[in-house]
Amino acid sequence: MELPLDYPTLRLIWWGLLGVLLIAFALTDGFDMGVAALLPFVGRNDDERRTVINTIGATWEGNQVWFITGGAAIFAAWPMVYGATFSGFYLAMFLVLSAMILRPVGFKYRSKRPEAKWRSFWDWSLFIGGFVPALVFGVAVGNVLQGAPIKLDSDLRSTYHGSFFELFTPFTLVCGLLSTSMLVLHGAAWLAVKAERGPIVDRARKFGLVAGVASIVLFAVGGLLASKLGFRVEGVVDPAGPSNPLRATAVAAPGAWFDNYVRYPWMVIAPVLGFVGAAFATFGLLKRQEGLAFGGSSASAAGIIATSGLSMFPFILPSTVDAHSSFLVWNASSSHSTLFTMLIVVVLLLPVVLAYTAFVYRVLWGRTSSAALKTDPALY
Amino acid sequence: MDPAVVDLSRLQFALTALYHFLFVPLTLGLSFMLFIMEAVYVMTKRPIWRTVTKFWGTLFGINFVLGVATGVTMEFQFGMNWAYYSHYVGDIFGAPLAIEGLMAFFLEATFVGLMFFGWDKLKPVTHLLVTFLVALGTNLSALWILIANGWMQNPVGAAFNPDTMRMEVTDFKAVIFNPVAQAKFVHTVSAGYTIAAVFVLGVSAFYLLKGRWTGVAKRSMTVAAAFGLASALSVVVLGDESGYALTDNQKMKLAALEAMWETEPAPAGLTAFGIPSLADRKTHAEVKIPYVLGLIATRSIDKPVEGIFELVASAQDRIEHGVVAYDALEKLKANPKDIEARAVFELNRRDLGYALLLKRHVDDPRTASKELIAKTAWDTVPNVPVMFWAFRIMAGTGLLMIALFATAFVLVTLRRHHTRWFLRLAVLAIPLPWIATELGWVLAEVGRQPWAVDGVLPTFLSPSSLSVPQLLASIVGFTLLYGALAVVEVGLILKTIKKGPFAEQEAFPTDTGPTASGAPVAEAVA
Repeated sequence: MELPLDYPTLRLIWWGLLGVLLIAFALTDGFDMGVAALLPFVGRNDDERRTVINTIGATWEGNQVWFITGGAAIFAAWPMVYGATFSGFYLAMFLVLSAMILRPVGFKYRSKRPEAKWRSFWDWSLFIGGFVPALVFGVAVGNVLQGAPIKLDSDLRSTYHGSFFELFTPFTLVCGLLSTSMLVLHGAAWLAVKAERGPIVDRARKFGLVAGVASIVLFAVGGLLASKLGFRVEGVVDPAGPSNPLRATAVAAPGAWFDNYVRYPWMVIAPVLGFVGAAFATFGLLKRQEGLAFGGSSASAAGIIATSGLSMFPFILPSTVDAHSSFLVWNASSSHSTLFTMLIVVVLLLPVVLAYTAFVYRVLWGRTSSAALKTDPALY
Repeated sequence: MDPAVVDLSRLQFALTALYHFLFVPLTLGLSFMLFIMEAVYVMTKRPIWRTVTKFWGTLFGINFVLGVATGVTMEFQFGMNWAYYSHYVGDIFGAPLAIEGLMAFFLEATFVGLMFFGWDKLKPVTHLLVTFLVALGTNLSALWILIANGWMQNPVGAAFNPDTMRMEVTDFKAVIFNPVAQAKFVHTVSAGYTIAAVFVLGVSAFYLLKGRWTGVAKRSMTVAAAFGLASALSVVVLGDESGYALTDNQKMKLAALEAMWETEPAPAGLTAFGIPSLADRKTHAEVKIPYVLGLIATRSIDKPVEGIFELVASAQDRIEHGVVAYDALEKLKANPKDIEARAVFELNRRDLGYALLLKRHVDDPRTASKELIAKTAWDTVPNVPVMFWAFRIMAGTGLLMIALFATAFVLVTLRRHHTRWFLRLAVLAIPLPWIATELGWVLAEVGRQPWAVDGVLPTFLSPSSLSVPQLLASIVGFTLLYGALAVVEVGLILKTIKKGPFAEQEAFPTDTGPTASGAPVAEAVA
């Protein structure tokens, strides 16, 4: 059957959708993680902490689906990448999952008992559930930019030739700190928009200012360190060819991650957005313009994530140990037919998801107040 | 593959899946029961029904979050622990998971917050719609995950592509409308409805025995009795649909759970009891019910049902063809343009998976001797005693559930809610459907062995290239975390049950719904 979109176009669209899903995850679940990481520090007593939790209490669950759907979309569209990365980063993934498991239960179970010890336990569980994933995701992206020690055999079985501790290098740590400060900034901006004005918002603003400045500095440092990284494809890769990484050749080429900005100057928008967004967010927090702060932190997160993806194009995950084991947009996707079918599914379903998500946020519009804690039994 | 890695990967998957599946069925059923209860509230406007809905809603919430939390693990575990599987069949298997996320998870997760937080923010009818959407979301999620699982049992609409060394979709419609998946879906969700009904029935019975909150308990019992009877009947009837054997592997599964070594001539009888022995390849002390198996498995009284010996013989034949396919594939790997090899491969590719079974014993299946092939054919038989007993306990519990709900239905109809012997039974019955559903999972997945995907990819080739220490770390970690959460969860559920349905209204006297009336009034109305 002749499909209306050719294979290279679909691969490009799915590469873009991968970015869209990651950005959507960072923008929605990102502020949940930021808020959870800030929880023990911006809320000093039980009422304050409850107010903080209830700024995300009704919506974090839907937000987390961006994470799950993102994982499933990688499985469906980039199955080799899904298998090789998640098994390669095995213990790091285990750490993230354990931390994320604490979140649903933390939100729900915290309010079920009045004891201070019980509540404090779940507060710190929620902190872990926000902080650990925020950190590890950055470290993971750093490792992708660095390239991973993955080798494919002739059956395309992948083996990872590294260890858990090798995941942490100066560069990947900078990336981890960057993602943490980026999401803390985003969470602080959310609290500034959503929490009752008063001590919580004031404290969130202070943390947010630090995180905003840190984001700008770390993004710049990360960029400097990334100038020593990079890979290039040797020879020609057929963008419509079969998904078989063994047939392409890729070698390390320090500095190559900046090639794309010369070849396609418009891509500079992404890093610029990363810097300018964080600057606006910081300025907004300083001047108590909460809307500007949240818009800025959203733009910054989108820009920073887009920068990592665009810098690497057409690489999705380069291999540091084998010239024929790098995953490219052109050689690691699902079949032409699966990409097409799944695109139809996305085109049909995603607008519906966005519409009802908007509806739910509209119903829950407005700042959470500590007075409501006394009258609304549904609140956490 | 290191056999220890295979075994530990399987152990972790079984632990996490069985644990996840403690919470999911209750979510599936209770969400619909909440919708029914709330619908009664919206129609009658009687506040007690709001209390009923909110009470079961609280228990639903405690259970729901653990389903969500452990579901996160399931979604990523395929990549983490089954990387080769993910590569080999991701082109087909990944799609239903992604659709599940987009169509089901977003729906249930986005609206579940509003379901809990929106009681005073939404009109009653709108809130009812929200509750319905949560129920719809959870059930759609079951649909898509069982389409994925159904494909592992009966891999239709896909073919191996030698250029990419994996299975690829040839007919997406066939994957979605896979009859095995459809049968599994209706069977599994009905099992979930039964679990929820038993839970509500049992807890209500406990209240009636104690003489507390009888108004709420009687109403809940009525809903549970009707919902439960319909569900228990459909689990058993639709479970029979899963028994309708379509493929070689399905036939093998059926033969294994019947411990049926020899082909059963028409009309085939069902073994009610027996002691299967792996060593003798025989089942001792069999008691048979004539005709029944033939009706279930072949929908006829004139067709035989194939036994294990006959199915092993056909597996041996397929391994031999598979080796031919394997040889052609190796030639294609060396030279993708080898036209002759491609032609040979095309002819034999549906048996490629059978050649891979040999990799458990030799590195290169082409070097396998006739004897080894004959021996390997026996690998296609799943663990017969486990299958035999798991099936009998599961099906027996299913029949018990029908009896339980039929009795409940009669008692409720006669308004004899206080029949004490039955109430005691109803409390004792609470764990039973959980045992049955967990065994149902065992039947489906142990019965699928030695395959990860029936006839396509053996389980022992599917895991990631992990080390034993990595796996031990995650298994210990998950066990500790899950164990602790289970203790907390059960504790909170018991605490909520003990506090009773009016705890919230006592703590928040202002929240009495639109037709304000306090707890004592509502209780008096009861």
